[in-house]
Amino acid sequence: MRIRAQIGMVLNLDKCIGCHTCSVTCKNVWTSRDGVEYAWFNNVETKPGLGYPTDWENQSRWNGGWERTKAGKLQPKQGSKWRILANIFANPDLPEIDDYYEPFDFDYDHLKSAPEMEAFPTARPRSKITGERMQKIEKGPNWDEILGGEFSKRSEDYNFDGIEKQIYGDYENTFMMYLPRLCEHCLNPTCVSSCPSGAIYKREEDGIVLIDQEKCRGWRMCVSGCPYKKVYYNWSTGKSEKCTLCYPRIESGNPTVCSETCVGRIRYLGVMLYDADKIEEAASVENTQDLYDAQLGVFLDPNDPEIIEAARADGIPEDWIKGAQESPIWKMAMDWKVAFPLHPEYRTLPMVWYIPPLSPIQNAAEAGAIGMDCGMPDVKNLRIPVKYLANMLTAGDEGPVVTALERMLAMRSYMRSKTVEGVIDEGIAERVGLTGRMIEDMYKIMALADYEDRFVIPTTHREKVEDAYDLKGGCGFTDGNGCSAGISKGSLFGGSKRPLKMPAEVK
Amino acid sequence: MHNFLFGIYPYIAISVMILGSIARYERDPFTWKSSSSQMLRRKQLVIGSVLFHVGVLIIFLGHFFGLLTPIWVFDALGISHEIKQILAIAAGGFAGVMALIGGGILFHRRWTEPRIRQNSSFADIAILALLLFQLMLGILTIFVSLQHLDGHEMTTFMAWALGIVTFDFNAASYIADASIIFKLHIFVGLTIFLLFPFTRLVHIISGFAAPFRFLLRPGYQVVRSRRQIPLPKRTISKITPAE
Repeated sequence: MRIRAQIGMVLNLDKCIGCHTCSVTCKNVWTSRDGVEYAWFNNVETKPGLGYPTDWENQSRWNGGWERTKAGKLQPKQGSKWRILANIFANPDLPEIDDYYEPFDFDYDHLKSAPEMEAFPTARPRSKITGERMQKIEKGPNWDEILGGEFSKRSEDYNFDGIEKQIYGDYENTFMMYLPRLCEHCLNPTCVSSCPSGAIYKREEDGIVLIDQEKCRGWRMCVSGCPYKKVYYNWSTGKSEKCTLCYPRIESGNPTVCSETCVGRIRYLGVMLYDADKIEEAASVENTQDLYDAQLGVFLDPNDPEIIEAARADGIPEDWIKGAQESPIWKMAMDWKVAFPLHPEYRTLPMVWYIPPLSPIQNAAEAGAIGMDCGMPDVKNLRIPVKYLANMLTAGDEGPVVTALERMLAMRSYMRSKTVEGVIDEGIAERVGLTGRMIEDMYKIMALADYEDRFVIPTTHREKVEDAYDLKGGCGFTDGNGCSAGISKGSLFGGSKRPLKMPAEVK
Repeated sequence: MHNFLFGIYPYIAISVMILGSIARYERDPFTWKSSSSQMLRRKQLVIGSVLFHVGVLIIFLGHFFGLLTPIWVFDALGISHEIKQILAIAAGGFAGVMALIGGGILFHRRWTEPRIRQNSSFADIAILALLLFQLMLGILTIFVSLQHLDGHEMTTFMAWALGIVTFDFNAASYIADASIIFKLHIFVGLTIFLLFPFTRLVHIISGFAAPFRFLLRPGYQVVRSRRQIPLPKRTISKITPAE
């Protein structure tokens, strides 16, 4: 057993209002540059919909993620190492920029510089790639927002698998939800294993997955390897880029930009301890519906004295262990079981988890025919089909999703009876396998969601592993070569050199 | 002049290639990349790129082993000069046509597709044009070779190449009588070596290195640590994971 710590994220979809503040603040900070205008490290999709890039969830088309071979071994769905190398001249699984959208800007200047004319001046679009006029914008970063377009299109959503979807095309039965997406910082990332140059790596101390810009050679296998399509090829620099989980902020104990600016307070960040030796076994379980449980088995209980002792021996700092004990992620994923990984069937063991959204009870049911279950509405009557959520979060296994939704309904019911009627009804809690105390805690963290409860982020302990003197005078994150002094210790042209100490690969 | 072009210029070109590549890799690793444009336009790339790269690789290996293997190795193996020349013409001709077609497709794509044209540097277009020119020269040499199939002229080139890498100062004189096409082909080839570190061609080195790194990399995860000293070995008999 090797214990490692990982910063995990949970998004409470029940509270997401689809305002895109996360996407916009992220873009302003990270991708407002040439070559990545089209890239959204964080984006918010309306579901059902085909998403961004179009149809990204459909791995029979993109071949992202892992597959389990007949022998029970894991291999990237795009192929073994030999296959990946054979495709190095032209990657057959690489999306074209039109699968995202052609980035554009508008001729804003025309609005004020246009001469006097009969028609009102308009700002027409211009391609950011060629600089030429675009006659028609065919696609954008959120093209099917709020169920834009016809049902036949969005019904191609992969999550409709196994659902009689035709009735959801009717106006009365239509439903929608928001899905904010970012890099999952997986425990078993396919992008990392697909990279022929070994430029992508997972950080030992906090699990953040990063791309070494100086080592990336632009072979593009990570883009097709990632099933979430969250690695982006910068067509201007010729290097791949991805969400960094705002590591400079995380290192100093601050939440990521998307989390900090979330107006709905839906995002949570915290530490999870996991057993690095169990990853392969967990990711290769035969049945995809067992992957959710398998991933739960990789996490280690930070309150278990034996785990604490082992974590200390593995060099996990004291405040990280404490952070893991107070982690909101642990509570939601393990204690209350209300949060789930996104598409566990890709076998990447993602670390950005989601609390499924409650939705209004169907009209017909409300008129009297509602399936009430001991004073609580039956979650099967929710507007968003449970099967749809299960396809997204548990590889189609409805059980865990039903439990989570019931617990969330129970929380409302319990708190309503407590605050409105002044009655503490332990029965409500018991029926969903919780206690009154747990529900109060759920309420505090999920409903009130104070800043300190949402973000429990211990700072990085550089002082233990690096000589801070070497960092003096460095120029920080430069998004490119910046003031790189090269990677070797010696200087080619004489003189002394103090290169940035790059983290070394763990054997 | 002949002595400069074929006796001294090779050393200049190869030196610049090696030192320039080292300096670029060391000083500016961020610029070391394949500069793929597949993301911008998939059309024509798959067929063009595969034909071009596979063709060029065959030609590269053919030239490398064909020119630098000492002639006595072939004699020892019982391969006559005629046979070797015909083999070189057949394999080189086939691969050359393949690379020329692929390169032509790539050039057409780069020149006519606005997305790629707009994002191509002068060097990107120039080096591709130079490679195509070199491929054409290479194919033209076949017609010269076909006029004398005894394999003698080929052996002079082998002697020259071997002479260059073994610091034989008379190397240039071995090919003094060669056809102008051959001389031009050699000169352009050396110029490509010279320009190598200043263009996207540097990705060739990574391309050759990638399989070694990738195939020999153990496991499926790359984890990096800031820790300079490895953790001590720990043995705990029983650990119970959560639930």
